[in-house]
Amino acid sequence: MKRSALALAAALALAGCSTDNGSDQPAATKKTEVVIATHDSWNAPKGLIKKFERESGYQVTILPSGDAGELTNKLVLTKGSPIADGVYGVDNTFASRAIDENVFAIYHSGVLPEGEFDLEEGSEFLTPVDQSDVCVNIDDEWFAREKLAPPATLEDLADPKYKDLFVTPGAATSSPGLAFLLATIGEYGDQWSDYWTRLMDNGAKLAADWEDAYYVDFTQGGGDGARPIVLSYASSPPFTIPKGEKRPTTSALLDTCFRQVEYAGVLDDASNPEGARAFIDFLVSRQFQEALPDNMYVFPVDPEAQLPELWAAWAKPSPEPIDVDPADIAEHRAEWLTEWSDLTSR
Amino acid sequence: MTTRASHRLGFAALAALPLAVLAVFFVLPVAGMMARGFWADGVFDPGAVLDVLARRRVHRVLWFTIWSASLATAVTLVLGVPVSYVLYRLDFPGRQVLRAMVAVPFVLPTVVVGVAFRTLLAESGPLGSLGLDGTATAIIAALVFFNISVVVRTVGGLWEGLDRRPEEAAAALGATPVQVFRTVTLPALRPAILSAASVVFLFCSTAFGVVLTLGGLRYATVETEIYLLTTQFLDLRAAAALSVLQLVVVSVLLFVTSRNRGVGRARQAGNARRPRRRDLPLVAVMLVVLGFLATPIVTLIVRSLSVDGGWSIANYRNLGSVTEDSALLVPVSEALLNSLRVAVDATLISVGLGLVVSVIVSRVPRGSGERRALGVLDGLFMLPLGVSAVTVGFGFLITLDRPPLDLRSSAILVPIAQAMVALPLVVRTIAPVLRSIDDRQRQAAASLGAGPLRVLASVDAPLVWRPLLAGTGLAFAVSLGEFGATSFLSRPDAPTLPVVIFHLIGRPGAENFGMALAASVVLAAVTVLVMGVVERLRVGSMGAF
Amino acid sequence: MLSVERLTVRFGSTVAVDNVSLSLESGQILAVLGPSGCGKSTLLRAVAGLEDVASGTIAYDSRDLGRVPTHKRGFALMFQDGQLFEHHTVAGNIGYPLRLRREPRAAIAGRVEELLVLVGLEGYADRRPSTLSGGERQRVALARALAVRPRLLLLDEPLSSLDRTLRERLAGELRSILVAAGTTALLVTHDHDEAFAVADRMALMRAGGLVQEGTLDEVWSRPVDADAAQFLGYATVLVGERAALLLSRVGAPAGGAVALRRSALRVQPEGPLSGVVVEARVTPEQTRLVVDIDGLGPLDAVADVPFAVPVGDRVHLGLDLTRTAPLP
Repeated sequence: MKRSALALAAALALAGCSTDNGSDQPAATKKTEVVIATHDSWNAPKGLIKKFERESGYQVTILPSGDAGELTNKLVLTKGSPIADGVYGVDNTFASRAIDENVFAIYHSGVLPEGEFDLEEGSEFLTPVDQSDVCVNIDDEWFAREKLAPPATLEDLADPKYKDLFVTPGAATSSPGLAFLLATIGEYGDQWSDYWTRLMDNGAKLAADWEDAYYVDFTQGGGDGARPIVLSYASSPPFTIPKGEKRPTTSALLDTCFRQVEYAGVLDDASNPEGARAFIDFLVSRQFQEALPDNMYVFPVDPEAQLPELWAAWAKPSPEPIDVDPADIAEHRAEWLTEWSDLTSR
Repeated sequence: MTTRASHRLGFAALAALPLAVLAVFFVLPVAGMMARGFWADGVFDPGAVLDVLARRRVHRVLWFTIWSASLATAVTLVLGVPVSYVLYRLDFPGRQVLRAMVAVPFVLPTVVVGVAFRTLLAESGPLGSLGLDGTATAIIAALVFFNISVVVRTVGGLWEGLDRRPEEAAAALGATPVQVFRTVTLPALRPAILSAASVVFLFCSTAFGVVLTLGGLRYATVETEIYLLTTQFLDLRAAAALSVLQLVVVSVLLFVTSRNRGVGRARQAGNARRPRRRDLPLVAVMLVVLGFLATPIVTLIVRSLSVDGGWSIANYRNLGSVTEDSALLVPVSEALLNSLRVAVDATLISVGLGLVVSVIVSRVPRGSGERRALGVLDGLFMLPLGVSAVTVGFGFLITLDRPPLDLRSSAILVPIAQAMVALPLVVRTIAPVLRSIDDRQRQAAASLGAGPLRVLASVDAPLVWRPLLAGTGLAFAVSLGEFGATSFLSRPDAPTLPVVIFHLIGRPGAENFGMALAASVVLAAVTVLVMGVVERLRVGSMGAF
Repeated sequence: MLSVERLTVRFGSTVAVDNVSLSLESGQILAVLGPSGCGKSTLLRAVAGLEDVASGTIAYDSRDLGRVPTHKRGFALMFQDGQLFEHHTVAGNIGYPLRLRREPRAAIAGRVEELLVLVGLEGYADRRPSTLSGGERQRVALARALAVRPRLLLLDEPLSSLDRTLRERLAGELRSILVAAGTTALLVTHDHDEAFAVADRMALMRAGGLVQEGTLDEVWSRPVDADAAQFLGYATVLVGERAALLLSRVGAPAGGAVALRRSALRVQPEGPLSGVVVEARVTPEQTRLVVDIDGLGPLDAVADVPFAVPVGDRVHLGLDLTRTAPLP
């Protein structure tokens, strides 16, 4: 019996060995490792990170931790014993909850001046890094082919002319889905549930997540979908330029947009707050800001940052996104989502 | 010390290690999350938790969970049993390959299967006219797709070694083939069927991605509800209430099936025979099932090979290298290597622990107290299958955060989490064979002067190595495809293949989507290979889950 | 009436049953006797419909059974080890074929009771098969096989798993049960005593082929060759000069070879043969001897118990012609 226990211990040790290779840190002289929790969509140019590491002397470990909601809730749950030193990816729909739960240490990067993307309350905790407009997208080719005037507003989506043409990810399972719900709440106020009833009656389809809606149901998603109207981003059209052509086949409806701003912050009780601060400064540096569009499909917050050519031509942010107060969102999110779930599940 | 006391002490010592692992990596995290729910705002308030159970929405969710999982389990059994007959009872060329192929769906990442199913069922898809998209039928079809191999392997394993003569005796007494099956074969297969049914039910009732993707958000199960409550609403009180509900359902299920679990029978080799005319209906069922299993996979392959309306292997070529702006985290070859490495570790752990647990639970109990203790132990290791991965995952974060258990960011968590999923399957593979060994053989060896270890080596080991290999293969495949726990714990510098696929599929651009599909095909191919090697070792006999 | 015509059964390249023809009248019991591996069980299974037939026909009452599946043949097969269903009680096992035919519950109970009496197991109805002795299990298996009065009962070495005394007793009982039930039965066995105790007719099988078939008496008194004689329990076969010498000494008509049972030569004070006792062993019923007979060499013989026959003595022996058989 002792022997089998020994064998097992050996197996466990062996297991440890074959997994741990390469991740052994050299005994830290000063705090060299900085751990950054992000959402799952994190995708930064490897060369740029290397450059930051070289110049700052820190070693960066990225910890993808679910979507914005999951990420925020992980931070709340591990308050006092944080999973990382800094966080990037908490958005304006979740920021209030995290701030109310005292997750962050005070820090706002001074690289960029405070501006339109900053929180009204709690801006001392969070530095805006990127923004993206969640907008309804349409398949222009489809509407041209069908000789149907394309929709332009949220109200149009409930018009019988566009029956059974719209697909959106659900608000309860997808952050763009939630953004769209917030857009309708911003637009219709207390009447939003009314609007959703009309929308669903008009044959709107719900998908579990964005990729499902876009790749399976949308006519331009490559999957022979059947619906020419989809909820996506203002930055989606440039990705639908066919090979060898110059124009996208889709466009975003800029009157239907909700603006998501993603923030970075230093976590309270972090073991390496200096490293986290340095990394946040790096996130708002010109170089990183200009790399955002191509790598994470979001717009930079730095107004001076240059957009890639295709973006400059085809991905326009909304001039007037629909606005909802973050404090309102924090207070009513659960209530709204519950009501929304009851409305949409038949 | 009496021999009996030392016997008990010996087994208690043996049980200590797996129990400790279970305690640290399952009980502690789950208890931690539950405690947060019960002690909301620092005050112990079980009433508030129970109030949650009175919500109408909770009743609806529970009801849907139970009926959808039950129906999916029933359909899986009805389809799986004929397939296991054809693949394990009939002898025809190519059956090894077919056996390996049936195992593929079980290890495909749900996110990929979800997309494959939806591509088929969506309004404009090849099967769009059926109008199944976003229905409970679609959810159940996908659950059946995932779980059919559990039934085929479990039931087939027992069936393969089943003595044919009782069936012949019944036929000679005038029983029609249907009557023979009902009155002789079915009772003999019952332990395997019940066992498979309980595992399938657990998998179905804790299914997550499939329900969300295919149900079009109209359906919520206890599992999806826990996910939403925990990750989106942070309503830990309600999540705890649902976790309690989950534990109750799982415990009842395990209790019911453990009472019905029979002892394995003596095995016979070479029972398979050539198909006859009257096997045709069953062969037809198998072909239909294979078609059902193959369709989403073929869809996957076709879509991975079509680029801009033409055929191309560009998606596969893109898997090889990571350019500066590629969405690929690491080259797929490296992710595959990570997957294999983690799978090796997970397999070592689950097989090591599984062997110990099997040895313990298969001992002939002395007295009813010991029988009960063994039963509880057996059920305990099944629990991880029935409890929400989200609860366990969040539990890791809040309980394993300080010494001596500061393991939150340790690479060892990934294989351990996978091992917890594979462990029950390993135990279900090995324990029935150990139970089927006549204890008198051990007594005979002991009377000839063999010590306990020597008895193990000379009586148990020669019979156990085959199911052990089979369990190893299964554990390996499960851990290759495991996504839920892995995505929660995997380290960004060493992502596994399913994690890479998930990452790719979440990016815009047809190219990324195509690469995700291509990577899924690679994962499926590796799985077929692994399962095929297991089949070649002729260890198809899987015992009873 | 069962008739098997030119039946051949193959397993891959091996021929298990080779061109066998035989027939069995209703109400009769036929024993197929042969060493293990001779194909007799395969023959039985083919008749039951459990083996694929390579060529030839099996018919019952002139109806070809080639396409009739096992369960529609109206036969019953009793296995060597009974194959009781462990998950049923004794009554459940015996009633099984009746339940298959959806007989009313009361009728089943009555018939089961009747069968339990027939096989001598009154009061065993609720026992589990695992609590029965070997003999009891076989009786249950027999009762189960007889339950629906099969038009042909197939018995595969029904008694060979039992110990000798039980086997001898049960063999007699088996015959009276079968006769009482008027059952037509085909029995395969490697034990000639079992065959003699149970059957009316006998067929000898060897290496897949049928070598002899006839009534018990026909087969018994005229074995077709030396091997057949030995398999039927003849202890010695004398050929050529020794056979001629023996027959002439006892004044029997000359012939070919001759097969002798162990008890064919018997110590008789006036016997025509004489020899020296080489070995002697007393059994409860007779003394078994080996006698070196003048001109014939050592042969088995017996003496009635009252005779004291010390080794080395010269004795006189007579030949009981009913215990010999002429061979071609």
